[in-house]
Amino acid sequence: MSEKLNSALDTAGPQAGRIEDLWWLLFGFCAVVFVAVMAVLVAALVRRRTPDESMEPTYAGQRTALRYVGAGVLATGAILLGFLIASVTTDRGLDEIETGGARVLTITGRQWWWEIRYEDARPDRVVVTANEIHVPVGQPVLLRLRASDVIHSFWVPSLAGKRDLIPGRDTGLWIQANRPGTFQGQCAEFCGYQHAHMRFLVIAQPPAEFDAWLEGQRASAPEPATDEERRGREVFLAGSCVMCHTIRGTAAGSIVGPDLTHLASRQTIAAGARPNTRDHLAAWVADPQRTKPGARMPVPELPPADLQALVTYLRSLR
Amino acid sequence: MIGDDFYSSAPARALAARGRTGNVCGYGDYAQDSPPAEIVRADAASRTAVLSELRAGPGNPTERKRASLYDDNAWAVSEGQRWFQAFNCNGCHANGGGCIGPALMDDVWIYGFEPENIRATIIEGRPNGMPSFRGRVTEQQAWEFVAYVRSLGGLLRKDVEPGRSDSTNARLAPQSLQKPRQSE
Amino acid sequence: MKLSPEVKAALHEPATDTEAALLERTWARPRGLAGWLASTDHKEIGRRFVVTAFAFFLLGGVLAALMRLQLSRPELGLLDPDLYNQVFSMHGATMMFLFAVPVMEAMGVYLVPLMIGTRNLAFPRLAAFGYYIYLFGGVMIYVAFAFDTGIETGWFSNVPLAGPEFSPGKRTDFYAQLITFTALSAMVEAVNLIVTILKLRAPGMTLNRMPLFVWAMLVTSFMIVFAMPTVATGSAMLMLDRLVSTQFFNPAEGGDALLWQHLFWFFGHPEVYIIFLPATGMVSAMLVPFTRRAIVGYTPVVLALIATAFAGFGLWVHHMFAAGLPKLGQSFFTAASMLIAIPSGTQIFCWLATLWMGRLRFTTPLLFVLGFLFTFVMGGLTGVMLAAVPFNLQVHDTYFVVAHFHYVLIGGAIFPLFGAFYYWFPKTYGRMLSERLGRWNFALMFAGFQLTFFPMHILGLHGMPRRVYTYPAETGWGGLSLLASIGAGVLGLSVLLFLINVLLALRRPRENPANPWHADGLEWSTTSPPPACNYADLPVVRGRYALWTKGEPTVVTGLRRDRMFVLVTHVLDAQPDHKREMPAPSLWPLLAALATTALFIATIFTPWGVVWGLIPVFVTLVGWFWPKQDES
Repeated sequence: MSEKLNSALDTAGPQAGRIEDLWWLLFGFCAVVFVAVMAVLVAALVRRRTPDESMEPTYAGQRTALRYVGAGVLATGAILLGFLIASVTTDRGLDEIETGGARVLTITGRQWWWEIRYEDARPDRVVVTANEIHVPVGQPVLLRLRASDVIHSFWVPSLAGKRDLIPGRDTGLWIQANRPGTFQGQCAEFCGYQHAHMRFLVIAQPPAEFDAWLEGQRASAPEPATDEERRGREVFLAGSCVMCHTIRGTAAGSIVGPDLTHLASRQTIAAGARPNTRDHLAAWVADPQRTKPGARMPVPELPPADLQALVTYLRSLR
Repeated sequence: MIGDDFYSSAPARALAARGRTGNVCGYGDYAQDSPPAEIVRADAASRTAVLSELRAGPGNPTERKRASLYDDNAWAVSEGQRWFQAFNCNGCHANGGGCIGPALMDDVWIYGFEPENIRATIIEGRPNGMPSFRGRVTEQQAWEFVAYVRSLGGLLRKDVEPGRSDSTNARLAPQSLQKPRQSE
Repeated sequence: MKLSPEVKAALHEPATDTEAALLERTWARPRGLAGWLASTDHKEIGRRFVVTAFAFFLLGGVLAALMRLQLSRPELGLLDPDLYNQVFSMHGATMMFLFAVPVMEAMGVYLVPLMIGTRNLAFPRLAAFGYYIYLFGGVMIYVAFAFDTGIETGWFSNVPLAGPEFSPGKRTDFYAQLITFTALSAMVEAVNLIVTILKLRAPGMTLNRMPLFVWAMLVTSFMIVFAMPTVATGSAMLMLDRLVSTQFFNPAEGGDALLWQHLFWFFGHPEVYIIFLPATGMVSAMLVPFTRRAIVGYTPVVLALIATAFAGFGLWVHHMFAAGLPKLGQSFFTAASMLIAIPSGTQIFCWLATLWMGRLRFTTPLLFVLGFLFTFVMGGLTGVMLAAVPFNLQVHDTYFVVAHFHYVLIGGAIFPLFGAFYYWFPKTYGRMLSERLGRWNFALMFAGFQLTFFPMHILGLHGMPRRVYTYPAETGWGGLSLLASIGAGVLGLSVLLFLINVLLALRRPRENPANPWHADGLEWSTTSPPPACNYADLPVVRGRYALWTKGEPTVVTGLRRDRMFVLVTHVLDAQPDHKREMPAPSLWPLLAALATTALFIATIFTPWGVVWGLIPVFVTLVGWFWPKQDES
């Protein structure tokens, strides 16, 4: 598995890059100020004074001292003014992004997964997926952020700052990746039991690869090729799975849970809680509550043979 | 006939007036309110088995115990509310007020109000349109449904009932209701 | 100060021994359990308050230890998510609502009348009521926690998560009522302190001569009066939404989820200054004897306190920078959040100048002041960084913020508080705490704190969000998390050491040193512990550093010793105005608090609780205010 960047200091996009520059500026000045203040403190502690055991208090020296206090206050004000200018300039800079013709994604935060929808002018070319966002390198992507239940927060530190998803209002965020790679994201606003396991991936690919991926996602689910896969599909359609999940190309069309049409093409399952391997998928389906206690997916109570067939079918949904 | 419960309609009442009250649709005496008020009170007041004149559904002791676990658990009732909305029970039962399907917020329980009765309704389906959810909902989901439906009928403790949902509210939350209403 | 000739003539003759004994009998409360419960002695209430707050501090610390244990390794399954959510929420609510504000109030309740030279607070029964309400609210929430009904959505409980649909059951209702309890308690004590400070100061203690701790408590109390009603309103709206189906926070019906955040943070930001400013007062108080000089820049410090209080109300949106509010508005809050560093910085520079120009005595309280300076300055600087919106968008709701606020709260309030404990312990209990243990206490606390919270800055920058009950190993957060957990253990050890120090000291016989630190404040002129009447003779103040002013001490005479009279003075220049009789110890505050508790808890379960619950409250208030027959 490729390395997943997840740090505000390890950036791969212009938004995060600008913020990182601001961080180093702030950090540099603050470090200098801190060292200076501590130097004054240490000097105040260790500087030589005539030894004096008397308890008589001193009052003298106010005026001179206050001059230094005043100088300190002025210097503080000047530095803060500089910080303010830097902050506002960076804030403006975050909006300076070439947005004509940018791709629009609608991301809906749900407890505890991300519904990703690639918008298109033609409704038949709209793609719905979950928990994994692909973006073309070097092109800005506009995220329209919505929440369907509680407040979540979309945060992929290597690419941009975070934005809350608030029920009742749409918020927006521009992201752009300047180089290919896999970037980890996570929910950053406490949203209930499994807030810790509400993660997602942003995968930046060269534009040609991205287009190919998107075309693949538009297609309906592949037909089952083996008997076991066919049996798995039967288990899916006859059981409780169909009440919540969509697999385009079958009769399953519910939107309560994530779209599974191309489940096998994703790197993780359960919103980043587990890698997408056969064993993890089987464990997840057999008992979601063990992996993500409190998750909205009930325990399906399948006999082992049915479970294996179902997993085989799901693994075929590339 | 929006709001009308087929089983309280004129034909049923006419039959009742002629003494033909036996088991019109699996319930019992149609000449009086159903269920009799004292049974509702007794059931709500205690969780012990109540001998009743209802004929619908068996009183399976294991199922009854399981039901009371869900009945006393605010989270389970809230989950039931969520499934109710997610699986579009509103499509026929309209947030409990009833439309194509009977109202769930009143005190008319065609197939009984005991937890196992309601579970049977959900799992087996019922005549005239209630689908069977056998295999479509897990046992846990079914019992959560049961708990929520009982809360709609005002049969649970007030502190366990779910609050209003964060959606357009066409009705009051169960907690704000004083007691089950007669549907008319 | 202009004194009338009659008053001037009376400023002689300190009390004789029999007169002092009579005074003491007048002010002492009845013995026995009823007397203990009915006490209106601010010192007794203040001690209880501090001890109760400290007990909640220990409980909150245990919760923190559980959190750090769970997070020390990736995917450690010690606490399931439901329990962890309750633990971190209870930790936050305990520390913020049940410890930090009450302990500062408590120090004020204990120290302010002593520092301003009067016998009691302005409203003694109200002070008792405020304590009982606070105690009952804290007990309520911990009983709820023991019954698996504790707070579960964080100390600031965002809606819609905390709303009726997503937080079923009574947990968040208990949270909302906890806010009501603690807000009522804080407001009541704040009003008490404001009136006491403005009207009961010793003659001659003009505003210009007031100790800086008293200034800090005055400013803090005004902040409480303006901030607490907002959160109480917000929590009332939350309860209404949850219990009677109002739609304040439901966007589908015209409400707004962000409204909660605005209401909460309009309180929440001043709240942290409510916690911080009394600590600055303590620092100013402690620096004077241990630098053996007057504070440099008394007036700038006072102006800084007032400026912080005003500015503190204009910062709240910096908690909501990620919510997508308009950018111009956000920039205003960036500017305001940076601006508040100026008055804070003024205080720090004044303290540094005092240290520079002083002749230092390295006692334990001074060590805590030094630890405070190091830690708070670092926390303040990360705060200035957080004020910048773009950077905030990266580290909001991550462990960077957790590090920041622990630096400013523990560094800025708890270090001075522990220093204050060492400083005023002899006055309260008549014995000194061990200096040797005190140094170890400080060293472990300082080292443990840095080890726990410094790595969190890095964790936040590397993507670790707040309030996660676990994290996968692949994130690489395991190493620093383990370090933080070890530091938490050291921090816990230091608190244990403090407790040992206190217990050992209490077992030693009393030495009753009146002024062991050779300090300047009025409180050091009376015995240790102070008598029930505080002062055998009420002092008259002739300088800013009362005990260091040259000349014979002057006292107030002419107040009766067989009735509980205090001298009420003018607001600005403390000219004597009239005398006022204080109420006797009474059980009505306890009864009123019990009735109010019943009212608040009943409303959690039924709206009719408001109606029926008000009746006993009304009855107890009638009993409380029943006019006394004048026995003149």
